[in-house]
Amino acid sequence: MKKPFDLNAEYQPEHFKFSEKYQKLADKAIALYPKGKQQSAVMPLLDLAQRQVAEEGAKATPVYGGWIPRAAMDHIAEVLDMHKVKVYEVASFYSMYNTAPVGQYLVQFCTTTPCWLCGSSDIVNACKNHLGIDLGETTKDGKFTLMEVECLGACVNAPMIQINDDYYEDLTAASVVEVLEVLAQGLKPQIGSQTGRKSSMSSAGPTTLKEEAKKAKVV
Amino acid sequence: MLADKDRIFTNLYGFEGSDLKSAQKRGDWDKTASFIKKGREWIIEEVKTSGLRGRGGAGFPTGLKWSFMPKTLTERPHYLVINADESEPGTCKDRDILRNEPHKLIEGALIAGFAMGARAAFIYVRGEFYNEGSTLWQAIHEAYDAGLLGKNAAKSGWDFDIIVHRGAGAYICGEETALIESIEGKKGQPRNKPPFPAMAGLYSCPTTVNNVETIAVVPTILRRGGKWFAGLGLNEKNAGTKLFCISGHVNNPCNVEEVMGISLRDLIDKHCGGVRGGWDNLLAVIPGGSSTPMLSKAVCDNIHMDFDSLKEAGTGLGTAGVIVMDKSTDIIQAICRLSQFYMHESCGQCTPCREGTGWLWRIMKRMVQGNATVEEIDQLYEVTKEIEGHTICALGDAAAWPIQGLIKNFRPEMERRIMEYRKAA
Ligand SMILES: Cc1cc2nc3c(=O)[nH]c(=O)nc-3n(C[C@H](O)[C@H](O)[C@H](O)COP(=O)(O)O)c2cc1C
Ligand code: SF4
Ligand code: FES
Repeated sequence: MKKPFDLNAEYQPEHFKFSEKYQKLADKAIALYPKGKQQSAVMPLLDLAQRQVAEEGAKATPVYGGWIPRAAMDHIAEVLDMHKVKVYEVASFYSMYNTAPVGQYLVQFCTTTPCWLCGSSDIVNACKNHLGIDLGETTKDGKFTLMEVECLGACVNAPMIQINDDYYEDLTAASVVEVLEVLAQGLKPQIGSQTGRKSSMSSAGPTTLKEEAKKAKVV
Repeated sequence: MLADKDRIFTNLYGFEGSDLKSAQKRGDWDKTASFIKKGREWIIEEVKTSGLRGRGGAGFPTGLKWSFMPKTLTERPHYLVINADESEPGTCKDRDILRNEPHKLIEGALIAGFAMGARAAFIYVRGEFYNEGSTLWQAIHEAYDAGLLGKNAAKSGWDFDIIVHRGAGAYICGEETALIESIEGKKGQPRNKPPFPAMAGLYSCPTTVNNVETIAVVPTILRRGGKWFAGLGLNEKNAGTKLFCISGHVNNPCNVEEVMGISLRDLIDKHCGGVRGGWDNLLAVIPGGSSTPMLSKAVCDNIHMDFDSLKEAGTGLGTAGVIVMDKSTDIIQAICRLSQFYMHESCGQCTPCREGTGWLWRIMKRMVQGNATVEEIDQLYEVTKEIEGHTICALGDAAAWPIQGLIKNFRPEMERRIMEYRKAA
């Protein structure tokens, strides 16, 4: 799904500065790369900008989620001594950088074939109905944005979704709505499998490593 | 079937901790320095003996790949880059290594890095794996604190650093040169080869890119001997253990470590509780991640899951992401969704891929409905042939193959749908 990428839209703030906390993290990120190769830090810095905006958004009314204003891209260009357009290019190339405002909880449905085979369409529909919005839309209270994404690398736990940093797996139409409800209450749902299965082991109990499973009281 | 005593990833499911102490109890970081003291040649020879082939998709012999790195060190540093981009639909094995066995990867990085003269490794973790990336960082910090990384890492006499670089959502960054571009702070667009990364890779320095699983099995191979690993698989060219990810229409989808060359039937019946509705309800299997052409049920009955058996069957082991589809599947839609994936993920720099993946998706959408002509099936095939082999990277091929597999195996179904659509119209 193409996201809007309008560097001159109304919602663009004029200024951006890293807060003290994020400045420290940015400095640390830059220091990881060899001398003279500071451009390598453009991705971590874009990510940090998005996280700082998300933190601000969680306290605002209405709430909003992490995105990267143009002013932040310009600031990063200056810090890393890059042409602005090179930063814009990176920000628009990667799907995880939101270049326009999104909801506090960015609900990303994996609908690629393995998840689709296991019923991802039902998961999408359940959420659309529950929130009364379509894919690509945000709820009026700013809490949820729904989005379709490609394989998230958790296919044996299909169907699954990602909300902000976390995966929710082995979903049903009922359990995915429950996750949304818990979030709406400002609480943190259990992440990972919603059926209680341990990571990627067989849902009927592990077929290997059985001794280890017993010791860990998994079975 | 793999015996428990021969398992490498004994914490695949995270029954125990991923921390250093737990990892050491499982045998990680045991005698690491002693391998390094035996020298680069010894390590590379041992890896060659093991028959290890890259677990990232192409199956290139790992020891041989390492030997392409310049033998003598100049002022240009060497780099090891570890590919944890894991985005090939159907594949979710590296995630388990990152979150449950990070120390196998870190120890492997030190050993592999030394073997290719690298003082630093970059681990490129797909951005969506935020929690897995954090677990990995934590394990790296532990290793530094314990003297296993940094100056004189693990008392080996070799200085070694590891940096985690997080991606941000782009399948194409799994392609090794796109990945390198991405670490350099650019759009992830593949480079023309040559030069190959071993000559000019990251920051134009000699670089080797390896998959997470490839690197993570190395310490155990050295501890138990290349011969041990070589003796485990189907034959010496298809050796060792392998992580399989089985998704889709099986009763119990899972990841599992098995011997290379296990029969598909055993893999599904013994570890996944069988195909939903029984083996006879099987329609087709995509054996190695979304890029590999599917196998019909008849082939599935007897196929072995290794590089060469699957190549002979006209497909590939790829990433060993096994996608199972039962008879309820709309097989055309299943492949159409993959076409959408490749269109979405094309980086756009070669015309055949940029335009062709869009073409494929649009025709496939009509094929799903049946709103097409029978001649268009041939046209569709021709478009795949126009793309295949005519692009900078293998994403173009990857977009072509699933459709070729569909036409090869399900042409009658495509024709039937077209006739039905006509009748209804
Ligand atoms: C489009 C595309 C995507 C790829 N994605 C991955 C990936 O996610 N992980 C990976 O290890 N290799 C991926 N590869 C293969 C890498 O380019 C490279 O061959 C591999 O990392 C080498 O590691 P190995 O020798 O250990 O297999 C991809 C290749 C292409 C063409
Ligand atoms: S084949 Fe596609 S993804 Fe690969 S370089 Fe060309 S346009 Fe980019
Ligand atoms: S297809 Fe959904 S996680 Fe892979």
